[in-house]
Amino acid sequence: MFGLDNKDTRMLLVVAVLTLCAPFILNPFPTDSAMAQFNAGYPDLMQRFVIFGIFAIGFNILFGLTGYLSFGHAAFLGVGSYSAVWMFKLLSMNVIPAILLAVVISGLFALLIGFVSLRRSGIYFSILTLAFAQMSFNLAYSVLTPITNGETGLQLTLDDPRILGVSATADGSIPVTSLFGLEMRSTFEMVVGPWAFQFNAGYYLAAFILLAAFYLSIRIFRSPFGMMLRAVKSNQQRMNYTGLNTKPYTLAAFVISGMYAGLAGGLMASMDPLAGAERMQWTASGEVVLMTILGGAGTLIGPVLGAGFIKYFENIFSKINDNVLHGWFSFMPDGLENFVVFVIHPFIGKGWHLTLGILFMLVVVFLPGGLVEGGQRIAKWVKGRKNKDDATPATKTPAE
Amino acid sequence: MGILEVKNVGKRFGGLQALGDVNLSVKENTVHAIIGPNGAGKSTLLNCLVGKLIPDTGSVMFDGQSVLGRKPFEINQMGISRVFQTPEIFGDLTVLENMMIPCFAKRDGAFSLNAISSVLGQKDVLETAEKMLEEMNMADKRHMHAAAMSRGDKRRLEIGMCLSQEPRLLLLDEPTAGMARADTNNTIDLLKEIKEQRDITIAIIEHDMHVVFSLADRITVLAQGTPLVEDEPQNIRGNPKVREAYLGESA
Repeated sequence: MFGLDNKDTRMLLVVAVLTLCAPFILNPFPTDSAMAQFNAGYPDLMQRFVIFGIFAIGFNILFGLTGYLSFGHAAFLGVGSYSAVWMFKLLSMNVIPAILLAVVISGLFALLIGFVSLRRSGIYFSILTLAFAQMSFNLAYSVLTPITNGETGLQLTLDDPRILGVSATADGSIPVTSLFGLEMRSTFEMVVGPWAFQFNAGYYLAAFILLAAFYLSIRIFRSPFGMMLRAVKSNQQRMNYTGLNTKPYTLAAFVISGMYAGLAGGLMASMDPLAGAERMQWTASGEVVLMTILGGAGTLIGPVLGAGFIKYFENIFSKINDNVLHGWFSFMPDGLENFVVFVIHPFIGKGWHLTLGILFMLVVVFLPGGLVEGGQRIAKWVKGRKNKDDATPATKTPAE
Repeated sequence: MGILEVKNVGKRFGGLQALGDVNLSVKENTVHAIIGPNGAGKSTLLNCLVGKLIPDTGSVMFDGQSVLGRKPFEINQMGISRVFQTPEIFGDLTVLENMMIPCFAKRDGAFSLNAISSVLGQKDVLETAEKMLEEMNMADKRHMHAAAMSRGDKRRLEIGMCLSQEPRLLLLDEPTAGMARADTNNTIDLLKEIKEQRDITIAIIEHDMHVVFSLADRITVLAQGTPLVEDEPQNIRGNPKVREAYLGESA
């Protein structure tokens, strides 16, 4: 289906079902139960899942296929966000032109940075991209204040022109982002017994774009172009002596992944129309590297899993505090309860980075292929057991 | 006039004159061997032919066109394919994919943004690649990772990849270096077959006399960066100058 083979179609359908049913899947616990804080099915977080999923899918086209590790991809995300907010300020609150401009501008920006950075490979390439991203961050933070509004961040105001829209709504407030009138923030809440499921317009827009982005990445992976990118990773020498020019291949991959990052940045601004320089900081670039490696670099679905995994931890683990822990362990005798809370304390709340770091280490050491490899190993183990079960009765039946 | 004309080529690395004044003419549809002791400048000469090095003096003409100043991929697109001393293949890719890449390079040129159509839909390329795998007797290995194959098979694959581009000139850099006797003989047989069945010119750099004398139509002996003699194999064997410079007393 859609020009994909059976396996890829199945994977696309799985991702489609997961994203479209996310409000149910991520909300397994009733609203009033003690476990409700593990629910991730609220619009803000779900939007972040899919937006960072898009970011990581794009990053994987560069890193997973060609092996070029960019440490400056957040710059493209930031450029995308700024472009989108400018579109909201100047043109209209419709998200489509904003997202389109975000993709185009970040693509051009990636062309420029890629052209220079791709003169080197390996660690030198990584450092060049990092340097460019930090330059962009510092420029956005200080020199380019007329465009980026410096440390305050770029925001909408009541006197923005918005030539195709209105500067202010009838009641004198700033208009909200919308898709041809459908407000991005509008949320429909479905109450089923003790559960409350939230369906948010912005989330579904982002989810459909994620599916399109994922589909496109499958096509790229399976195309002759994708094969050439894998060949670049494998042996550039052989590429050159086989009549293939590696430079435009790597540059095209770099620009495509920069455009994915810009798309993510534009979507981020569409959900919440402001853009700040901190989006371009090197920690943000590092995060997408973590997502891709954690999920499984070079695999199709890995980056999406990695993005979901990290964003879940960031938002859920960081919310657990000592009071919550005391609540959980209140069944223990006082001294033991305090001790257990004391031991767990560094791993939660602001310490969630420690948990993430340990998990990352474990994955890289024991599952170099990321979560995808973990899944494959489990599938293999289950299959192996099943085969064993099947084999045992077969040996009992005597041959005729 | 040969298909490859090397005139007065010189190359100096700092204080070392690697190539003095090399003149070489490779005739079309022949096998031309370049032999010489270690440090004679064989590899430097080869690197000057494929664009890895640019000689300080002289000219290199392929089929009437200068190759100097062109990048390796451009020279390859002109019709020169190179086989390396240690097989250079795409180790992370399958054998079939390895074979498809040169076919794509031949069909689509040095760069093509063919990012939407599926590899499996490229019937013409698949067909050529499969046919070449059959010819190389590797069809049963098509889904194997190339890195997992033996040295001899990797060499076979690399030669097959070069041939699938239908080059006019095939350059071989010590194709049997580090091989067991059996693998060496297989490679000789393969090259003989190629020589007989195709319109192809082969230039070969080789240490192994057995290989050289079983394949070459003409031999150039290189010593200290300059050609000593160029002649037919039977005359090379008896040439006293060559014995002295290269084959040693025992030969």
